Amino acid sequence: MAKPKLALYWASSCGGCEIAVLDIQEKILDVANAFDIVFWPVAMDFKYDDVRKMEDKSIDLCLFNGAIRNSENAELAHLLRAKSKALVAFGSCAHEGCIPALANLTTKDAILKWVYKDSPSTVSNNGAVYPQTHTKMPEGEIEIPEMWETVKSLDQVIDVDYYVPGCPPQPFQIWNVIEYILSGKPLPPKGSVLGADEKTCCDECPRERKEKKIKKFFRPYEILSNPNECLLDQGIICMGPATRSGCGALCTKANMPCRGCYGAPPNVVDQGAKMVSALSSVVDSQDPNEIDEILNQIVDPLGTFYRFSMAHSILKRVDKI
Amino acid sequence: MEFEPKIVAFLCNWCTYTGADLAGVSRLKSPANIRVIRTMCSGRVDPTFVMKAFDLGADGVLIGGCHPGDCHYAEGNYKTLRRAHMLKKIMRKYGIDEKRLRLEWISAAEGDKFQEVTTTFTETIRSLGPLDWRKRIGKGDRTEHTVAV
Repeated sequence: MAKPKLALYWASSCGGCEIAVLDIQEKILDVANAFDIVFWPVAMDFKYDDVRKMEDKSIDLCLFNGAIRNSENAELAHLLRAKSKALVAFGSCAHEGCIPALANLTTKDAILKWVYKDSPSTVSNNGAVYPQTHTKMPEGEIEIPEMWETVKSLDQVIDVDYYVPGCPPQPFQIWNVIEYILSGKPLPPKGSVLGADEKTCCDECPRERKEKKIKKFFRPYEILSNPNECLLDQGIICMGPATRSGCGALCTKANMPCRGCYGAPPNVVDQGAKMVSALSSVVDSQDPNEIDEILNQIVDPLGTFYRFSMAHSILKRVDKI
Repeated sequence: MEFEPKIVAFLCNWCTYTGADLAGVSRLKSPANIRVIRTMCSGRVDPTFVMKAFDLGADGVLIGGCHPGDCHYAEGNYKTLRRAHMLKKIMRKYGIDEKRLRLEWISAAEGDKFQEVTTTFTETIRSLGPLDWRKRIGKGDRTEHTVAV
């Protein structure tokens, strides 16, 4: 019997998800034995045309990481959707937008202006040169992808079968997912989140929790935190209460607050809104002025609460001013 | 056509909703722009509700609860107070005028205050104009990759 076909693709991502796949270590050999890898640009030489020539639905499993932030990302998303039986939004970028989606806190113009004109490392003798989608060269016209105004999660562009959250997904969870698929057991219902658990990060965190009453917020470098007590109890903003479990509370075990990369817990639509709710409950004041004073200590609330889920939030981006 | 604000009002069962009832039976005229959703407590109003209202086309959101100290569940309204402050902070970052969210304490006996709040809030939103969030963030999604700076 022919081996099932596996494709891996990276759209707008850092490549960490690809490394996480390799971090399953020697089990990668089992993957190579079990699957026929037909497309994996980061590791092997394939051309997009190879994919175009495949028959529809001929790829059994496609692990797609990266957000959709330009026309190339979108084109490949549509292409791989057509060619794949099961398509997985793999990692936080494909799942909820992740770090690339923080671009939704500003505009495309502002980003390009900074990168190609204003940033201190940009030196140009003849004014800013911005990338153009089409450029005429002596050999003919060349084309590069068009950057989008708004970064999107994968499921905002194409139909997605499963989600594997995490920035990156933890290798043991990746192996769980692959092992499950290889076992031949019936696949979970469409839309399921795989490789994660059904509670919040706090559930896995070994720190001791007490009743939370916060008068002052600290950034991690501003305080020597007690390694046994809940970080949020100590006034360090920890996204644990609004984040899905599954990672094993790695960050809090290393004395850093949860950043929220596993995304919203089950039945939560908007991770940031849940964090607003959770934090508001524990601020220790009933006086409007004092409340403002305490809340003003939170630096960059939008970027903190939506660090990994901006694209997937209800409001999706800031207004384009 | 003249802009008619759409306002979603989350009113707590024990005070403001009853206050709205009182305004009604007292025949106090209040604007028809208010769409009331009854919640058991203003503390039940999840920030998600407010964001969803804005996303789905609300121009303003009113949250009504019991006066401080009067909450039927002891301190739900204090949580709402803090939440509203945090929400306004977040809204500013999103580029939504914070005046589009209003938190008011209206007791079951204050039908007249309900009338006053809904009337003035509707006027505030009318002067701010439509929010039209989805259209607003979709606007200018250029297909061309050229930048004029």
